[in-house]
Amino acid sequence: MSTITAPTKDVPTKKRNLVEMNWDPITRIVGSLGIFTKIDFENRHVVECHSTSSIFRGYSIFMKGKDPRDAHFITSRICGICGDNHATCATYAQNMAFGVKPPAIAEWIVNLGEAAEYMFDHNIFQDNLVGVDFCEQMVKETNPKVWAKAQSTAAPHSNLHGFRTIADIMTALNPFTGSFYRDALVMSRMTREMFCLMEGRHVHPSTLYPGGVGTVPTVQLFTDYLVRLMKYVEFMKKVVPLHDDLFDFFYDALPGYEEVGRRRVLLACWGSFNDPSVCDYTYKNMTQWGRGMFVTPGVVVDGKLVTTDLVDINLNIRILLGSSYYDEWKNAQTFVKTDPLGNPVDKNHPWNQTTIPRPQKRDFAGKYTWVMSPRWFDKRTNDHLALDTGGGPIARLWATALAGLVDIGYIKSTGQSVKMYLPKTTSLPEVEFEWKIPKWSNAIERDRARTYFQVYAACAALHFMEKALGELHAGRTKTWTDFKVPQDAIGCGFHEAVRGVLSHHVVIKDGKIANYHPYPPTPWNANPRDIYGTPGPYEDAVQNTPIFEENGPDKFKGIDIMRAVRSFDPCLPCGVHMYLGNGKVLETHHSPMFGVQS
Amino acid sequence: MAVVPVNPIIKDAVKEFDVLWITAGLGCDGDTIAMTAATQPSIEDILLGQIPWIPKVTLHNPFLAIANGDDFLKPFHQAAEGKMDNFILVVEGSIPNEHNKKEGYWASLGTDSKTGQPITTCEWIDRLAPLAWAVIATGTCATYGGIHAIEGNPTGCMGLPDYLGWKWKSKAEIPIVCVPGCPVQPDNFMETLLYLLHMASGRAPMIPLDEVLRPTWLFGNTVHEGCDRGGFYEQAQFADEYGSPLCIVKLGCWGPVVQCNVGKRGWMGGIGGCPNVGGICVGCTMPGFPDKFMPFMNQPPGSLLSSAAVQTYGRAIHALRRFTQSSMNKEPSWRKPTRLRSQES
Repeated sequence: MSTITAPTKDVPTKKRNLVEMNWDPITRIVGSLGIFTKIDFENRHVVECHSTSSIFRGYSIFMKGKDPRDAHFITSRICGICGDNHATCATYAQNMAFGVKPPAIAEWIVNLGEAAEYMFDHNIFQDNLVGVDFCEQMVKETNPKVWAKAQSTAAPHSNLHGFRTIADIMTALNPFTGSFYRDALVMSRMTREMFCLMEGRHVHPSTLYPGGVGTVPTVQLFTDYLVRLMKYVEFMKKVVPLHDDLFDFFYDALPGYEEVGRRRVLLACWGSFNDPSVCDYTYKNMTQWGRGMFVTPGVVVDGKLVTTDLVDINLNIRILLGSSYYDEWKNAQTFVKTDPLGNPVDKNHPWNQTTIPRPQKRDFAGKYTWVMSPRWFDKRTNDHLALDTGGGPIARLWATALAGLVDIGYIKSTGQSVKMYLPKTTSLPEVEFEWKIPKWSNAIERDRARTYFQVYAACAALHFMEKALGELHAGRTKTWTDFKVPQDAIGCGFHEAVRGVLSHHVVIKDGKIANYHPYPPTPWNANPRDIYGTPGPYEDAVQNTPIFEENGPDKFKGIDIMRAVRSFDPCLPCGVHMYLGNGKVLETHHSPMFGVQS
Repeated sequence: MAVVPVNPIIKDAVKEFDVLWITAGLGCDGDTIAMTAATQPSIEDILLGQIPWIPKVTLHNPFLAIANGDDFLKPFHQAAEGKMDNFILVVEGSIPNEHNKKEGYWASLGTDSKTGQPITTCEWIDRLAPLAWAVIATGTCATYGGIHAIEGNPTGCMGLPDYLGWKWKSKAEIPIVCVPGCPVQPDNFMETLLYLLHMASGRAPMIPLDEVLRPTWLFGNTVHEGCDRGGFYEQAQFADEYGSPLCIVKLGCWGPVVQCNVGKRGWMGGIGGCPNVGGICVGCTMPGFPDKFMPFMNQPPGSLLSSAAVQTYGRAIHALRRFTQSSMNKEPSWRKPTRLRSQES
């Protein structure tokens, strides 16, 4: 069965001239990504998009036969900006496989480290990478009329962030010369220092281990973190209104901008921040401790929360091929027939995946990328849903808001929103921010959610700090629990990498790794058309994007496409290519079908 | 009265430099991210002219670029065509063997406008390296192969010296400059870049490199020699579980033999690091990384002998120091609490 993921909308059926426009590489992301599109300039619409990644490294192949204790050291190296998310997720899977529960203070230290990672990474991505798409230089080049309007539009929250007009905000975002750009870069270093306090080094941590951490909990450790955290809290009190002003302005200045990067609400969040009071890392209790996470796991389809159950989430992950440079594995070994609760495990589940690379020429009518197509099987409809992470924050906030489970003082999930409380700082009083479920899953709302999740991470860190100090003051400073590596075991870890869902699945045989499959967010977002013809989320989101840029094909920057793609926070140490060719005119098409082209 | 620099501008110094940074090796972009973490100097210090005596620098790195696609690649093509006078090529990620398969690619950057196929990372290096003023390999993947060159890897990848040759020299007679680390320690990279820029302005001699092409001032000492837990080793105080503040050599730390300055420099702003903050040294700055250090959590075989040898001496010294320390923790006999009280009253 094929799954059509495009939102229903009127597709003009008259003849149209399509221009091939490609960007390879897409910059200001991590990794190499190419985006290949066909654009209808007369109707100002992207008609077709292919996303391709240009690098293969082979983790799931070379992990085989390695000592299972080495998994987190090695898999951290998957990603150079959120490697620690991988290391953390790997230790979650190791803890399950080894049957070990870290002491509470170790869990708080990991949570403080991971919170700092969110604070750092969203900050640098939002204001040094995404922000450039909204800066003076870019807006002048792509939409001079918008720039003119920005100059005469007062920023509604100028009293909070200090920028008089929207144009002043845009100028402050100019790369390197912009004041806010530079402030953000400096802040991205301070938050990385916070990270290094807890996890040793950025981006590949030195102090994480299965069973706990090597970090030595002292009064000084937590003081050094807390002082920096409160500087970030003050910073965010200005950044939230700044971004609200900027993003609201785009809706106002370019009516219809909500369609840029818009796709059906198909969001995935695997949960973040374990609570040591409920999390014992056993599979049989995973449903309960999953719901105890400080970011709630969940699948949101068309605005409805389908599940918050990590067991359900786990069992319905499917890895599909279709347009990727790999051979199928139906004749390969089945490693896990049933999970520890007796549920059957699919052959296309990560536990049973066998990676067989088949390098070949790139062919957009056939195989064109190194990324596979992860899908989530919706047993209600038998659809293989192309869930996306929306770059992380929008899915985390959406799932957490609907679930109504998180209530820790600094953060409260209301069922339709998330409220966040920031205490008083040097120059600003206490503040409550509320993220409300938006009308759309689109580029602007993915970006806006990122800013709000920076606040969420800071609020969560305040809670973790209180908990960690509680352990320290009570003298419970042991940070590691010993374990033995079993001869045969399976494990899975669920976490939120900065840009979205992250899972690690491990199978141990004879004391060695027999199978290992990490699934980071970008394969979920950047994947190609699967065997059913369903495009991946970037492809889907870009294919439905209207063009607001004022330039024609000759000077086309593709800014609306860039904003759509970057809203997903692409991170492919592998990639997407978009190359801006010279406007090669293709043949005339009749009524192209969205969503089901191959 | 005009202020005149003591050291006048050197006449034949290079005035402008481009830095072409290829992240499209088999890597994770972690060395680029590390570059953004550096403060000694920071990237904006270099680009905005905060640091004296260096040429004007233009950076072409995909992470911090404003342009996309072909606009971004234009300077790379210009350089490859010999139309860029002075540039430093920075290579990040290990270099795959594109000859170990029938077709396709392991790593690429951009699309060839003639064929519509990806331009491989190897092609870029083949074209750019001979024209570069200097070539820096940043991070252990680019220097020695690193994680992606681990046993059992499918890509046959390797470090830049293995790819270009260990004796390779740039057109300015500079060997490949290797700044390893997984990822590279932020300031180590930026400081090396700064050194080369000082060289380019005629203000520094040839960069001193060791036999595996690392800057000697950064990698001349072992982690252990700069580790603030070294004192515990001397006293034979060894941790038997993670989280202990004692020496962690028995838990898998390779610091005594690994050449790296992280213990002294910390990770950023003096904060963090490896054994100094409870993380075992896994040898990430060494050509033998990772295979020769695995399994990481086992005690390094060589340290069995050395940590046993230090037991007798270390325990005796520790006991003597405790004795002296106990004495020094007491005030001289004439400072009596009762006497203080009587004076006050």
